[in-house]
Amino acid sequence: MIVADRKPMAEIIEMVKDCSKVLVLACRGCVTVCSAGGEREAEILASLIRLGMKKEGKKIEVVEGSLVRQCDREYIDEIDQWDGQYDAVVSTACGVGVNFISNLRKETMVYPALNTTFFGGSAEQGEWTEQCAGCGDCILHLTGGLCPVARCAKSLMNGPCGGSVDGRCEIHKDVACIWQSIHDRLGSFDRKAQMEVIAPIRDWSTAGHGGPRKTVRSDLTI
Amino acid sequence: MSFEPKITLFSCHYTSQQSCAEEGKELQELNFPGNIKLVRVSCTGKLQVTTLLNAFEDGADGVYVVGCPEDACHNVKGSIRAAKRVAAVREALVELGVEGERVEMYHLPRGLHPEFVAAGVEMNDRIAQLGPSPFLLETA
Repeated sequence: MIVADRKPMAEIIEMVKDCSKVLVLACRGCVTVCSAGGEREAEILASLIRLGMKKEGKKIEVVEGSLVRQCDREYIDEIDQWDGQYDAVVSTACGVGVNFISNLRKETMVYPALNTTFFGGSAEQGEWTEQCAGCGDCILHLTGGLCPVARCAKSLMNGPCGGSVDGRCEIHKDVACIWQSIHDRLGSFDRKAQMEVIAPIRDWSTAGHGGPRKTVRSDLTI
Repeated sequence: MSFEPKITLFSCHYTSQQSCAEEGKELQELNFPGNIKLVRVSCTGKLQVTTLLNAFEDGADGVYVVGCPEDACHNVKGSIRAAKRVAAVREALVELGVEGERVEMYHLPRGLHPEFVAAGVEMNDRIAQLGPSPFLLETA
C-alpha cells in the first residue's frame, strides 16, 4: 500500500487560513489502511482545523466527506455532491489523489493534508515499513524476494557494503541489513551462488529518472 | 478577575462507580470541584481522539480521563488505549500551539478513593493557572 503521514497542523492551517469553508475529503484506499487518511483520520483533522482556526480567531466551516478512492476518475466525479459547500478541498489521500483532483477539477483548489512517504506493509500493529521503491525493473527473483533497492540504505546491487554489524544496517541500527537477509534466505534455498552473479549497471530511467511514468494497456483502452 | 475553568472528565464506569453514588453527593462532600463535568463511559478504551477534541470544541478549558490501573483494567487494555489517545490529543494540542497539559490521563483504582478527588483538584488547579482555553477566542 501507499503509506503516508499527516502533515504538521501549522502547515495545514496556513493552507486554509483564508478559507471560510473547506471540504476535508478522506480516501478509503491505502491511507485508510495505514491510518493516515481514512474517515477516522479525516474526522480528527476536521476537528483540529476547527480548533486551529478558532485559536487564530477565525471561523471556518468544515464539511467532511470520503471517496472510495481518489485515484480513479469515476470516484473523483462524486465530489459534485459537495459543490458549493467549500472554498477548497483538504485531501487526506496520498499525493496521487491530490493530483487527480487537480487534474480533473479545474475549478477546485485542493490542498494535501498528508506527506506521502513510501510503498510499504504493516510490519506490526501501528508500524509500517518500506518494502518497494517502485523502480520499474524488479529484481526480486534474484534476491530471494527481498528488495535491495528499497530496503538497503544505499540501494546496493551487488551485496552488502561491509558496514553492517550483527546483521544490522550501519545507517539504521533498527533495521536488518537486507543483503545479510538476502544471503541467509538464498542459502536456505541452496541458492547462495546467486550472490556471486554480478548485477549489470542499472538503467534507472524506469525508476522515474526518465520523467513521469505511464502504463498503457491497449487491451483495456476504449 | 477570577476564572472558573470548564473541565470535562471522562471516567470509566468502574472507576467512577462509587463516585457517582447518591448522585455524586459523596463527591461534593469531599470537595470534588463542582465545575468538573463528569461523563461516564463503559470503558475509556472506547474513547476516540475526536471525543476528546470535541470536548475542547464544546468549550472545555481542560479535559481529562480516569481509567483503570494499567495492569488491572476491567477490559484488559482499555485504559492503556485511552492513555495512547490522550497522548495523541496532547501532541495535537502542542502542534496547534496550545499547552499539552490541558489534557491528562489518570489510572486510578476502582471506587471512591482520595486519588479520584485529588486528580480533580489537581486538574482544576492546573487549568485555573493556565487560564481560559485559547480555542475560545472571539472569532472574526
